[in-house]
Amino acid sequence: MRKLALSDEILLKIDKPARYIGGEVNAVMKDPKEVEIRFAMCFPDVYEIGMSHLGIQILYNMYNQRPDIWCERVYSPWTDLDQIMRQEHIPLFAIESQDPVKDFDFLGFTIQYEMCYTNILQVLELSQIPLRAADRGEDDPIVIGGGPCVYNPEPLADFFDLFYIGEGEVSNLALMDLYLEAKKQGLNRKEFLRRAAGIPGIYVPSLYEVSYREDGTIRSFAPLYEDVPAVVRKVIELDLDDDYYPEHPVVPFIKVTQDRVVLEIQRGCIRGCRFCQAGMVYRPVRERSLEYLKKKGREMLKSTGHEEISLSSLSSSDYSELGGIVNDLIEAAGQQGVNISLPSLRIDAFSLDVMSKVQDIKKSSLTFAPEAGTQRLRNVINKGLTEEDILTGAAAAFEGGWNKVKLYFMLGLPSETEEDMRGIALLSNEVARVYYDTVPKEKRNGRVQVTASSSFFIPKPFTPFQWASMLEPEEYLDRARIVNHTFKEQLNRKSLNYQWHSPEVTIIEGVLARGDRRVGRVIEEAYRRGCIYDAWTETFRYSVWMEAFRTVGIDYHFYTSRERGLDEIFPWDFIDAGVTKDFLIREWKRAREGKITPNCRAGCSGCGAKSFGGGVCYEAEN
Amino acid sequence: MKLRIKFSKHGCMKFIGHLDVMRYFQKAIRRAGIDIAYSEGFSPHQIMSFAAPLGVGLESDGEYLDIQVNAAESSEVMVRKLNQVMVEGMQVKSVRLLGENSKNAMSIVAAADYLLRFGQGFPEGFSRFLDRKEIPVSKKTKKRETVMDIRPLIYEYRIESEGVFLKLAAGSVDNLKPELVMDAFFRDRGLEWNSSSCQICRLELYARTKEGELATLESLGDVME
Repeated sequence: MRKLALSDEILLKIDKPARYIGGEVNAVMKDPKEVEIRFAMCFPDVYEIGMSHLGIQILYNMYNQRPDIWCERVYSPWTDLDQIMRQEHIPLFAIESQDPVKDFDFLGFTIQYEMCYTNILQVLELSQIPLRAADRGEDDPIVIGGGPCVYNPEPLADFFDLFYIGEGEVSNLALMDLYLEAKKQGLNRKEFLRRAAGIPGIYVPSLYEVSYREDGTIRSFAPLYEDVPAVVRKVIELDLDDDYYPEHPVVPFIKVTQDRVVLEIQRGCIRGCRFCQAGMVYRPVRERSLEYLKKKGREMLKSTGHEEISLSSLSSSDYSELGGIVNDLIEAAGQQGVNISLPSLRIDAFSLDVMSKVQDIKKSSLTFAPEAGTQRLRNVINKGLTEEDILTGAAAAFEGGWNKVKLYFMLGLPSETEEDMRGIALLSNEVARVYYDTVPKEKRNGRVQVTASSSFFIPKPFTPFQWASMLEPEEYLDRARIVNHTFKEQLNRKSLNYQWHSPEVTIIEGVLARGDRRVGRVIEEAYRRGCIYDAWTETFRYSVWMEAFRTVGIDYHFYTSRERGLDEIFPWDFIDAGVTKDFLIREWKRAREGKITPNCRAGCSGCGAKSFGGGVCYEAEN
Repeated sequence: MKLRIKFSKHGCMKFIGHLDVMRYFQKAIRRAGIDIAYSEGFSPHQIMSFAAPLGVGLESDGEYLDIQVNAAESSEVMVRKLNQVMVEGMQVKSVRLLGENSKNAMSIVAAADYLLRFGQGFPEGFSRFLDRKEIPVSKKTKKRETVMDIRPLIYEYRIESEGVFLKLAAGSVDNLKPELVMDAFFRDRGLEWNSSSCQICRLELYARTKEGELATLESLGDVME
């Protein structure tokens, strides 16, 4: 029997002890004496969130295929255990072996959203690893960061030994081989990092120097040595029918957010919405083949015993073999009482037909993401969805028996006017009206429920809106109030429900998204003052963040509401994400002219991603 | 066909709560490829019921669940198939065939055996404590506090070399938890009962036969050849 890192007394005192004991179905156990590298892979949030992340499952499988590497999982202890570990000086452990993380060779973080940054510091501190890379010694693990947030790694630069820019399948094993080689040659930490900087996709922040102008913007950003690349180009996997996708994913004991088999059908998105970072940095679109997915889906259902399988992608309707994979899943799953869920589908006749086969219409709701309230603003953000698309889709759905609709919007988009704000309520009202026009009284199953929610727009690096300025918290609230007031005026107001997000989280996320190296001090100060789990409403403390800004002497407006010029050097400009700055500038200009840009299949816009040599950019040629 | 599965739960698995054990078995039965029957309707679920929930922190040698299947293999094959998909700490001990009209495990549980292992010794006087005719224990509910006599619910007790053995009433009519017995005893001795000072293991679950005897739930089913 495995010995646990925590005593029975502690485990029986805390909430959900199963978060910390490991031993799940398909968890990989190895003999530590038989491996060369111990890798701790961390999702810096609570177990139920982290276990729902596909990327870690892929990397976990990839590393553990190597007999000389043992990759284990680490998550943020929830606040109850966090306190106990601090009081009793218990070092944070990996859940498979229950061994302290500080004794590992690597600690890798997947960084999926900005509001987990203080949790990264929590994991480092509980692991008894110095927070700053500069303070780490030869015996400390090498701390790596990857995931979408590292397309601007600079706010976290002080805390990481290296960042991995791009898709994990490409260079991670080369990095491990270099580590083994360095160990054999007796190289020290610094020498290893210097060599690692030569691997495609690897960024070692300590090897670069930043200088600033008097106005606070960046004057220069350059490597300290000639052999360190000035530009770090993201790496991507061109052939997604690879050996790394898991066939035996770990099955948690407790219910996690994504408690199902996940089939990633493609990466990237052809749509080119101008606010969407994922749509830009994951270019070009690459599909997995139907045969590959059929095989993986069946194998994963068998090895996990899950009762549900879900397709995953940014826009499932754009997958060229969608009909094939859906029919196959219906066939494979039907006999065993397995449910199928199909997120991010465009609502049309095909998808309604499919959904009516696999879902309980009475229980499920339809989701549209118009993102903006008027066609003018939807053109600005290049969201191809028209009012007609939404209303026709809704009408067809209502005829098919649905009566719940969710609508997602953003407030605070560039060039937004009061008409755009009010448009959110007007469009929602139209959707409700279509229900009453389409479904005769005797067939109605109560009222239609239209739930509209708005988040506040946050400009992200490597999007055409990376130059856009943000608003003040009060202004965000004022806009939400205008929308809310307009909702109250609508004829179908009793069928409508409107919710909006916190403007305070928006401000902090905005700073972290486009921050530079100096923002690291704010993160550390906020953490020292007790901030963790900022992504959770119940633990987010805005006032403490504001105190941290004041203590460190940084005005957050520099990162939020300041106007940025086209010639400004951004903290992330040293990264080559495929999409060129010229393309982003072109798109930023077209946005302000209200001009839409066709999707990748309708016509190439020359974004730069073609240079990777694969994916949708070469579809027409094949 | 109705089958009864007996399993044990040890080590880390004691931290997995009852609802999660149910989820675990739903998935394990799929992994093992057992032809379980599903309910009708749009979201069908496996026809499965557990005998008696086990508290978090307790181990067990005698847990039971009943399932409905469309087809079965021999007991030996099914035990082997299930054990191939178990995790460390969970082990299937037997699979038995029940009569079509047999009541499900949950409704017939009448008693349970427990073994309590104490790490740092056990106070003297337990036998004398149980020699009493009545052991009143106050029970708090949401509305009021009532006093109940737990002595009639203690069917057997022994102090063995491994620990304290208790046979207690269990099920939907009368249910007595071993922790409550210990709490009453320690209180009586002027001591405080600390649940982490002892490891409790449930050993077996019983039903009451027509003759009034206790029979293990396992013995009510037949081995499939």
